[in-house]
Formats: sequence, C-alpha cells, structure tokens
Amino acid sequence: MSLIATRNLTLRIGGQTVLRDVDIAVERGEIVTIVGPNGSGKSSLLRALIGALKPASGTITRAADLRIGYVPQKLQIDATLPLTVHGFLNLPRRQPRETIAQALLQAGVTDLAKKQMTDLSGGQFQRVLLARALLNKPHILILDEATQGLDQPGSAAFYRQIEEVRRDMGCAVLMVSHDLHVVMAASDRVLCLNGHVCCEGTPEIVADAPEYRALFGTGTQGALALYRHEHSHSHDHAHDHSHMHDHDHDHAQGHTHGAGCNHAHGDQDA
Amino acid sequence: MVPAATTPMGTKMLDDFLIRAGLAGIGVAFAAAPLGCFVVWRRMAYFGDATSHAALLGVALALAFELPIFAGVLLVALSMALIVTALNGRSLGTDTLLGVLAHGALAIGLVAVSLLPNQRVDLSAYLFGEILAVTKTDLAIIWSGAVLSIALLVWRWQALLSSTLNPDLATASGVNPRREQLILTLALAVTVAVAIKVVGALLIAAMLIIPAAAARPFARTPEVMAMTACIIGMIAALGGLAASFTLDTPTGPSIVSVAAVLFMLSSGVAPLLKR
Repeated sequence: MSLIATRNLTLRIGGQTVLRDVDIAVERGEIVTIVGPNGSGKSSLLRALIGALKPASGTITRAADLRIGYVPQKLQIDATLPLTVHGFLNLPRRQPRETIAQALLQAGVTDLAKKQMTDLSGGQFQRVLLARALLNKPHILILDEATQGLDQPGSAAFYRQIEEVRRDMGCAVLMVSHDLHVVMAASDRVLCLNGHVCCEGTPEIVADAPEYRALFGTGTQGALALYRHEHSHSHDHAHDHSHMHDHDHDHAQGHTHGAGCNHAHGDQDA
Repeated sequence: MVPAATTPMGTKMLDDFLIRAGLAGIGVAFAAAPLGCFVVWRRMAYFGDATSHAALLGVALALAFELPIFAGVLLVALSMALIVTALNGRSLGTDTLLGVLAHGALAIGLVAVSLLPNQRVDLSAYLFGEILAVTKTDLAIIWSGAVLSIALLVWRWQALLSSTLNPDLATASGVNPRREQLILTLALAVTVAVAIKVVGALLIAAMLIIPAAAARPFARTPEVMAMTACIIGMIAALGGLAASFTLDTPTGPSIVSVAAVLFMLSSGVAPLLKR
C-alpha cells in the first residue's frame, strides 16, 4: 500500500482551480520530485497532502498512522519574535534534549541549539527546518522548494543531506524543486505538474517527454534552459507538438503524459 | 458597626481607592502584556484596534439594555473579533479592512452612545478609562478576566506559538491554526472587556502593543518576552496612576504615556544589548 495517494484530486484557491484530477502515489522509501512552472499547483498539492488545504473534490488516502515531516517553502520569522533553535524545535510539542540533538545531527548541523532563529544563515535555517521535520521519525518527508534562497553549492549539499536522511531513516521523500539537474540525479520518480499531471515517470522518461521539454526546454527563456544540457539525453529530434494545443484533453491515453499543458513554447530541437 | 477583627485585612485594604486602582492597573497589564506579544508577533495591531474600538459600541449596548458594561463590551468585542477573523484573507487588503472596521466601530459607538435617551453618559470615562473609580466588583471582574486570559494563553502556549510561526507547519504537526486563532480572539475580547474601565476604549490596543514592543530587546525566548512585557506593563500602570494622581491628568493616557516612555528607553538600550 502507498504511504500517501490522491485520487482525482482537485484543488481550488479563492474560486480558482489550481489543480485538476491529480492521481499520485508515493511508496515507501522512494524519492519523488515534483517539477513545474510557477503557479502550476506544486505547493498547493503539498499543502493538501499535509492537510492544510481541503480538496475541492477527490480524495487523499494516507497509510494508517502515517507520520509526515514537512519542510515549508519559506518560514518568515517576525523580527519581533525571539526564538532559539531549541525553542523552535520544541514546537508544538516539547521534545527530550537528546531527540533534538539527534535530529540536528541527522540534518547535518550541531551547536546551533542556543542560537536565535533569525541569526542563522540560509543553509543553517533550512537544516533546522529539516531537523524539525525529522523529530517525529517521519515515514515521509515533504519538502516544498526547500533550497529556495540557497546558492548552488548550498542546495547541492542540502540535497545530499536529504539522500543521506533517506538512507539512514528509510523514509520516503516527496519534494518540489526548481533545481532540475539535482532532480534528474537524485529522484526515483519525477512528476511534472502544470495544473494537472503533465507527465511522470523515471527521470529519463520525463526528461524525454515532450510536455516536460516544452516546459523546461529551449522554448522557455531563462536559466532553466541551461539545465537541459546537464543530463545526458540526446535532444536531436524535432517534436510534433500538435497535441499540445488540445486543451480539452482526457487522460485515457496509453502513454505517461496528459496533453494540454497551458504554456507557450518554442522550437524543441537542440 | 463592624468590629475590626471581623474585617479581613485585604478587604479593608481594598477600601482605599488608590489601592484598588493600582490592583486594577496591574490586572490589566497582566492580561494585556502576554496577549500583546502575540498581537505583535502576528502583526495584528490593527486587529487589536478594531476589537477595542468596538468596545464603545458595547458600552452603548449595555447602557441601552441595562446590562453590566462588562457584559456588553465582551459581547461586542467578541463579535467584532470573530467578524475580523472571518473576513481575514478575503480580497480587500487586510490592513484596509481592519482600518475600516476599527474606525467604523469607534464612530458608530460614539454615535450610538449619543443617541441613548435620558442618559448623561460621561463619554470620556469610556474613551480614556476611569481607573480611580474602580469598585471592588470591578476589581473582581478585572482579575477574573486577567486570570482567564492568561490561563488560555498558558494552556495553548506551544500550539499558539506554532501557528503564529507558520500555519502550514502547525497543521502538519497536528495543530489546528484556526482553533488557535479563536483562542486568541477569545482572550482578546476578554482583555478588552476588562481593560475598558482602566485605560478606555481608545488606548487598550496601546496596552497590548507597547509593553510587548518594549520587552523585545530584553528577550531571547517568547516566554521571557511575555514575562518582561508583564513587568513593563505593571510599571506603566503604577507609574501612570501615580502621575495621574499627582498631576491630575487623565489616567488612561497617563498610563500609556509612561508605557511609551519605557518603550523609548528600551529602544535606546537595545543596541547596547546586541553582541
């Protein structure tokens, strides 16, 4: 049985549908990464999984007694709130000192317990958030763009930490990421989201999927296109994208993607 | 005549209006200061304004229906706090919305009091407080409210802090942020209701925010900040009372003035406390 699964999950925020008919499942111990452009519903999906956003329709099934460790996208601590790392890790439930020390160690930091949260560097802060998510020995870690604001080496180190945690604790990992090269290297499975599940599968399959490349390939301007060359797949064939404009799609097709990602895209040849 | 031996010393002490005033001030400071920390941390200053300004409408209601002032204020403050909570997050900027509610409630309250038939209401008592006229019953109500408000905060302290920090994170840990918001709302309404007699509707929000803000530089944990705010609030209450008595100034504003001076002093030493 899956740790957590959704069936026909549709999410609305303020009357706007941000996600439609999403079926996903995360199995024990696997690393699943969600990619997708801004506003594609990635964070909303995670918020629904942790119970912070009620589904407009569809269901979310959690394994019995599922323990979730959640690392939010950003955590703005108001400058008026004095809070030590130790105090932070005791919220909402007080923890034994050893538990806290162990979680910090697993997250790759030590000697921080007495520091003020607002005095931490970006990398330290993310690790403290990770430590907090590890406190309850989660079955699944859910991370929402946990490396936002970290530089390249910083985020690479953070993802190595995540893999280490997975290896040591055996927990599944579901994360949203913008670091496509990391995604390709570290994930068992990738889910490409754009209002619905565009395509999913192993990193290799997704990287070759036209939907994915339409979102992240040369057609989209900006830095994302750079990553395209960092994985070893050949991109030498031009795609026929006629189906991409079929917005009234259904998912009954026999391949791994649903057509109709709402985006503009250019030529796909490399 | 009652023999002295049968009168408990405490009761006799309470016969002195200055002592009653002092105890009332301390009670309000204790109720307002820890709650004020949450108001500051959650950036709810305007929320406090809206709720406390609505208190005047509660006064009008109480006078019109011959209810105890405390009950009327509690009712209206609670309704206002719930309305604000419900409207929070709607399309109109929350700042704007709370501004409308805060000033609207105050204006409507003033109009409502003036419309009361056959009443010669001393408006300034409700706007600026009347701490020197606190009765023993008032004192009992103030301290009950203070104890209730503090008990609510202590009971939910960790959960309140969690949901203040990040609602999603709280949800993921099994805390319901909406419920915690309601607890704060309730504590706020109770505090407003007990504070109106002491500092008046206009300045209740000041007793929430200023001691908390003044306490910030001295604290490295939320708990220490709340306790420091209590002490600062207490000093402001007693100092303001003394100033009001000797200078014959209105008490509410005097208390808040002392609090403001303490805030300035605290801001002055704040840079020295940084390593």
